[in-house]
Amino acid sequence: MSKKLLRRGGLLAATLAAGIFSGAQAADPIKIGSFLSVTGPASFLGDPELKTLRMYVDKINEEGGVLGRPLELVHYDDEGNASNARNYASRLVRADRVDIIVGGSTTGATMAAVPLIEQSRTPFISLAGAVVITDPVKPWVFKTPQSDRLAAERVMQDMQERGITKIGLISGTGGFGRSGREQTQQVAEAMGIQILEDVTYSPSDTDMTAQLTRIRNNQDIEAVFNFGFGQSPAIVTRNFAQLGIDRPFYQSHGVASNSFLDLAGSAAEGLRLPASPILVPDSLADDDPQKTIVQAYVDAYEARWNESVSTFGGYAYDGLMLAVAAIEEAGSTDREAVRQALENIQGHVGVTGIFNMSPNDHNGLAADSFRILEVVDGGWKLIE
Amino acid sequence: MFSEFLQYLFTGITIGATYALIALGFTLIYNASHVINFAQGEFLMIGGMATVSLIGLGFPLPVAMVGAILLAALMGIALQRFAIAPAKQADPVTLIIITIGAAIFIRGIAQLVWGRGYHSMPNFSGDVPVRIGGAVVNTQTFWVVGIAAVLVAGLVFFFTKTMIGKAILATSMNKVAARLVGIKTDMVLMLAFLLSAVLGSIAGIIVAPITFTSYDIGIMLGLKGFVAAALGGLGSGMGAIVGGLTLGIVEAMTAGYISSDYKDAAAFGVIILVLFFMPRGLMGARVVERV
Repeated sequence: MSKKLLRRGGLLAATLAAGIFSGAQAADPIKIGSFLSVTGPASFLGDPELKTLRMYVDKINEEGGVLGRPLELVHYDDEGNASNARNYASRLVRADRVDIIVGGSTTGATMAAVPLIEQSRTPFISLAGAVVITDPVKPWVFKTPQSDRLAAERVMQDMQERGITKIGLISGTGGFGRSGREQTQQVAEAMGIQILEDVTYSPSDTDMTAQLTRIRNNQDIEAVFNFGFGQSPAIVTRNFAQLGIDRPFYQSHGVASNSFLDLAGSAAEGLRLPASPILVPDSLADDDPQKTIVQAYVDAYEARWNESVSTFGGYAYDGLMLAVAAIEEAGSTDREAVRQALENIQGHVGVTGIFNMSPNDHNGLAADSFRILEVVDGGWKLIE
Repeated sequence: MFSEFLQYLFTGITIGATYALIALGFTLIYNASHVINFAQGEFLMIGGMATVSLIGLGFPLPVAMVGAILLAALMGIALQRFAIAPAKQADPVTLIIITIGAAIFIRGIAQLVWGRGYHSMPNFSGDVPVRIGGAVVNTQTFWVVGIAAVLVAGLVFFFTKTMIGKAILATSMNKVAARLVGIKTDMVLMLAFLLSAVLGSIAGIIVAPITFTSYDIGIMLGLKGFVAAALGGLGSGMGAIVGGLTLGIVEAMTAGYISSDYKDAAAFGVIILVLFFMPRGLMGARVVERV
């Protein structure tokens, strides 16, 4: 009796084991983990990012998945809170055991999760901007948005082309503006541009006339550059116009969105900023390698979600596509192989730019991936 | 040099007049009930946001403004009826906590209805600024300062010349005695909330063209208004105005001459100094403890 039971039990165990094993070989999904700020103050980043990930994971699965395996998106909402981000990252690598992570809407959330993710040796593609994420290079951490340093470089290239050598800098004291200010100072020194006035405003300020007056009264200043985020740059733009400062005005990529145009209104007329080509899909030249990809993304997003596309969703698109490309290149989800494949991606055409990764550069974008746009008649115009 | 000073001064007066209006709202309710109404900033937000959305629906600016003020007035009454009145036996600290909860609630609703984005509102009279002695002044500044002045004059008249105004003052001085002489203290309290909601929403409407407006603008401006009220002396109408203008001008001067990094530090430094030497604020009532 007991022998029979034992035999039956053994048989059962063998069948179960075989079942699990064969199941794993047939359609074990590739798990893509993500933590994004879908609600809370940074929801304008996380919301389009999640929508983009969902949309393209579905699309890839309909087309047969990656390496014959479907993708599975495991997502958590960190609500813009860095400590939540850390907890969810821990859950992703420990409990969900995801193969790769695409997420981290803000620099704060990303940097909070980095130590944990590095320890678990999981490839991680961040969607946040600051240069600290990939400088110094961390073996397992990559990112898709251009760093603020590149934005500063691109703006100053444009200034040099216009023969501007002396500028006034105004920046926010939030994380984005502070980092941008430091990068601008370094780039300016390297490119031989003098910053004659360097003023700041807090993100909650409602009037920047006082700061701009200092800039206006310095007659040597040839152009003004504002590095900031949120609604403040729109207030700066309005105050700039009210004070009648008749000099070229630049904003950063932080306000490259249509809602900025709505807020700033006619005061934005004539200002320039570096931006992703996503804002001007129709103005791109026909031979532009990004044109078809940008247009396809913009059309697909707007058709599916019935809202206008944002630069931030584009970061998520690039993150997902880089992950897929790396897994295909590696031929498996072996983490070290995927990491190496990511590191060696060359000429990957994305929405944000053309990625050329290397062991020393885990962002892979050059300053010219930013396009300089000018506000003309309340819309964006691409400056060649 | 002088034009710079003028520029900073005008900037300070504009924002200071807003602070003063918010502070007046705090003062009104404090006078009637000894409650500091932390939902005051939310009235301001309702004023701005409702106006913007009514304009979006196609109403002309004046109609939108009146609609927004009515909505805020309703909210003021509702706040008093449904949140404060049921807890009337509670001491002021409890009531203050209730107003904080109400503020979070109103903000949450506003976020659902209007979303999280910022909205802009056109200037009342054109975008072309006026030049005074080398300084540039936004036309909206005149509206802010003018409307604030009219409201203040109106309030002074209301409290010193009308029966209802005197009834509010009487209630604040001694509730029991006020009731004994036939004042309906419940009505007085409701009236105070209504008035301060109207004040707050007007402040929110007139600054919206300068600051933009969003569901969370009430947090920051409300706090600054409270600080202005404390600086001037809680409960003093004149103090609210002096406190608001002082705060605004100190902020603007610091941002202009030193650095905006120290703007808040300077403003709060002034407050610490004032409260240290004059604990009741610049214009606060003398403390008379009766035994």
